Amino acid sequence: MPPHPETWMKVTPLGLYCEPGGFHVDPTRAVDRAVISHGHADHARPGHAAVLATPETLAIMRARFGEDRAGDTQQPLRYGESVTINGVRLTLHPAGHVLGSAQVALEWQGSRIVVSGDYKRRRDPTCAGFVPVECDVFVTEATFALPVFRHPPDSHEIRRLLDSVALFPERAHVVGAYALGKTQRIIALLREAGWDRPIHLHGAVEKLCTLYESLGVPLGALLPVPKGLKRGHPPILAGEIVIAPPSAEATPWARRLADPVTCAASGWMTVRQRAKLRAVELPLIISDHADWDELLQTIDDVRAPEVWVTHGRDDALVHALSLKGIRGRALHLVGREDEEDEGAPEALGEETTP
Amino acid sequence: MSVQAFADLLERLVFTPGRNAKIALIRRWFADQPDPDRGVGLAALTGELAFTAAKPSIIRDLVASRVDPTLLALSHDYVGDLAETVALIWPECHGVNTPPPSLSEVVEGLELASRAEVPALMEGWLDTLDAGGRLALIKLVTGGLRVGASARLAKTALAEWSRQEIGEIEEVWHAVVPPYLPLFRWLEGKGPRPDAAGAPVFRPLMLAHPLEAEADIVAIEHAPAEWRAEWKWDGIRVQLTGAPGGRRLWSRTGEDISGAFPEIADAMDFHGVLDGELLVIRDGAVAPFSDLQQRLNRKVIGPKLMRDYPVAVRLYDLLLDGEEDLRSLPFTTRRARLEAWFARHAPARMDVSELIPFEKLEHLSALRDSAREASIEGLMIKRADSAYVPGRVKGLWWKWKRAPLSVDAVLMYAQRGHGKRSSYYSDYTFGLWRTNEDGTRELVPVGKAYSGFTDQELIFLDRWVRNHTTARFGPVREVEKSFVLEVIFDAAQLSSRHRSGVAMRFPRIARLRQDKPAEEADRLETLMAMVENRPG
Ligand SMILES: [Zn+2]
Ligand SMILES: [Zn+2]
Repeated sequence: MPPHPETWMKVTPLGLYCEPGGFHVDPTRAVDRAVISHGHADHARPGHAAVLATPETLAIMRARFGEDRAGDTQQPLRYGESVTINGVRLTLHPAGHVLGSAQVALEWQGSRIVVSGDYKRRRDPTCAGFVPVECDVFVTEATFALPVFRHPPDSHEIRRLLDSVALFPERAHVVGAYALGKTQRIIALLREAGWDRPIHLHGAVEKLCTLYESLGVPLGALLPVPKGLKRGHPPILAGEIVIAPPSAEATPWARRLADPVTCAASGWMTVRQRAKLRAVELPLIISDHADWDELLQTIDDVRAPEVWVTHGRDDALVHALSLKGIRGRALHLVGREDEEDEGAPEALGEETTP
Repeated sequence: MSVQAFADLLERLVFTPGRNAKIALIRRWFADQPDPDRGVGLAALTGELAFTAAKPSIIRDLVASRVDPTLLALSHDYVGDLAETVALIWPECHGVNTPPPSLSEVVEGLELASRAEVPALMEGWLDTLDAGGRLALIKLVTGGLRVGASARLAKTALAEWSRQEIGEIEEVWHAVVPPYLPLFRWLEGKGPRPDAAGAPVFRPLMLAHPLEAEADIVAIEHAPAEWRAEWKWDGIRVQLTGAPGGRRLWSRTGEDISGAFPEIADAMDFHGVLDGELLVIRDGAVAPFSDLQQRLNRKVIGPKLMRDYPVAVRLYDLLLDGEEDLRSLPFTTRRARLEAWFARHAPARMDVSELIPFEKLEHLSALRDSAREASIEGLMIKRADSAYVPGRVKGLWWKWKRAPLSVDAVLMYAQRGHGKRSSYYSDYTFGLWRTNEDGTRELVPVGKAYSGFTDQELIFLDRWVRNHTTARFGPVREVEKSFVLEVIFDAAQLSSRHRSGVAMRFPRIARLRQDKPAEEADRLETLMAMVENRPG
């Protein structure tokens, strides 16, 4: 009888810890050995001694933290390849969340747990698609785990953006999006929809676009939003699309733009009050997280008899699991902000200053 | 075109703050949509569509039959608004291949359906729409369509789209009904101008700006003779229209409220248009606004209500005398005409707002601050030569409100708000300390505020409430008694309907006082000392 994963995968104040392997997954503070699912700030932290992740995630960590703080030793592991650490076999599988994002599959003495990190199921031209892996325990996020969250097709939202650009040619459209993942996905979706004009970038989202391109994700013509305009300079970028971090529209930076239409791309835009309070004029429901149907589909696909919920709306998800006869366990991991929320570190962190 | 197209319009209107952008969106609706849907959409925007068959309870029952109750409750708690929750949570029925209904199909369908048929009709439509379309449908049929686009704005868009004068459209408006086919024919040059001769027509009101900026105050100080002052009464601003084709009492936004105040309509035995304030007046004294509130939103106006809450109109201005339009004349001329008109007609249930003589602005400010009657909000200061200009034109009319009163109170309960705040705990009940006979202290709730804070403060308070909840009663949460709010309000009155014995007028939150311990919040006596209708 293989040991139940709860006997060897522990919930600690730093997050999930694999006891026989001697490593943490996505720890909230610097540790000796860390396995990192993806490059978002609530999963990847600076200063670990040893880091194992996909080559893309390692590149993202170096770009964000600098060579010296992205892990003293860095061990790249490609999707589908395995390593064994102290008898624990570790394999990374695509999570479909952002470039390089991985699910961490761990096997020990015949029992298997999959820590999925953040994930989504729909197609994303900027990263590899999610691969379901059957397991004994599936560890899932629950950011959008309420049945009111059903993200519409991306193409529908991109169409709304382009319609608005056509209706208001005298205004600039500023799309608020996270620097890592969302920005590049929106650019790629715009390209697929036939928008071939240059797309203008706020300084805070430039670096990761360059990195994506160097990792083989083509984004087309990108231009920085001009800086250092003289006082009284006429407003710029009417009829153009600008991508900026989510809070930039409220800063003096936005004043140079022609009567900007504030667009925000996030799963939270589903709920009107959220969009209203952020003074968003064109809410776009584009999320890098699984919606309710995707969460339930995934849980069916991995056929796990038990599911652990890291963060988000665990109450609704655990209830829905019970209706399916699956044992649900809320881990209440701390330090996992509601990504895509207005208070998330990446919304207000170091990358928002122009 | 389908409900879906209307949903897209609503969605944009709800989030678009700019007036010109809203107009552009509505113009496109007129240009793109076929008849009769564009007219039905216009009626929906201007609030002229009213359904009675589809009650919110139908929607509630429909969703309950399809969704797990726990998940529904958690979702409703998160989203706040029921219509929005249902629109989002509605399980899509795969294999539905009926096209979504057009707006006019919805209107006709509901008109023809018997009460028993409405649920199945709604269910069928909901299955053909996406989340945005479902929300538009539910809001449309249950009457909750608030899109931040007034009737006036829709008519402005109509004027811009057709290059017709807005005044012309207002005149014609009263001769047409949804879906306005003759109106559109006329505007597109394909038909004659609909004739509204003699119909009572609403004329947009002239509004005042708050007098706050030092420069504006100084300007009045320097030339007091060029200004006139009146009390600003705390009632409902109305327009009275008497015409050969009928009588109307209009609200500030042009809503017909004649039905709620039949005694005023009875007294309107004249042809002309007047501007005034609707008040409850007993024996010549203006009653607090809460008395007037007893007359609002009533289905039936019985004799007892009319006797207990007698309403009257205090007249401010005369816009039309018979057919003669006085709006371009100076205020002083119109005022003289108003007084002469009043002497001639002597209508029941009306009087003329008194002019307050003054030589210096400081006299006025002293008067304003000493007038603590709850029914006086402050003063109106009008330029003697001002024409009657619709809208809020700066520099002609000022409202000069008196400084508010304030107390430091402790947050006790929070409730989810309405409209754009329904997913946030935004209605706050606060209390003050009372010392009981045995020497113990307790907090007594004294009022409820749901405004005054910034959006950031709201997000903060919402989180604080969620993290400090001690008990839940339906939508209300009781919280730890540790958060002090500085509450400002216009007046305090004795009230037997409140447990504290006192009621506050327009309480709103001025500041969050995290620096202040709850024990140091104000006592009930402090508020009592501010009461103005204290007997004897
Ligand atoms: Zn993430
Ligand atoms: Zn995350």
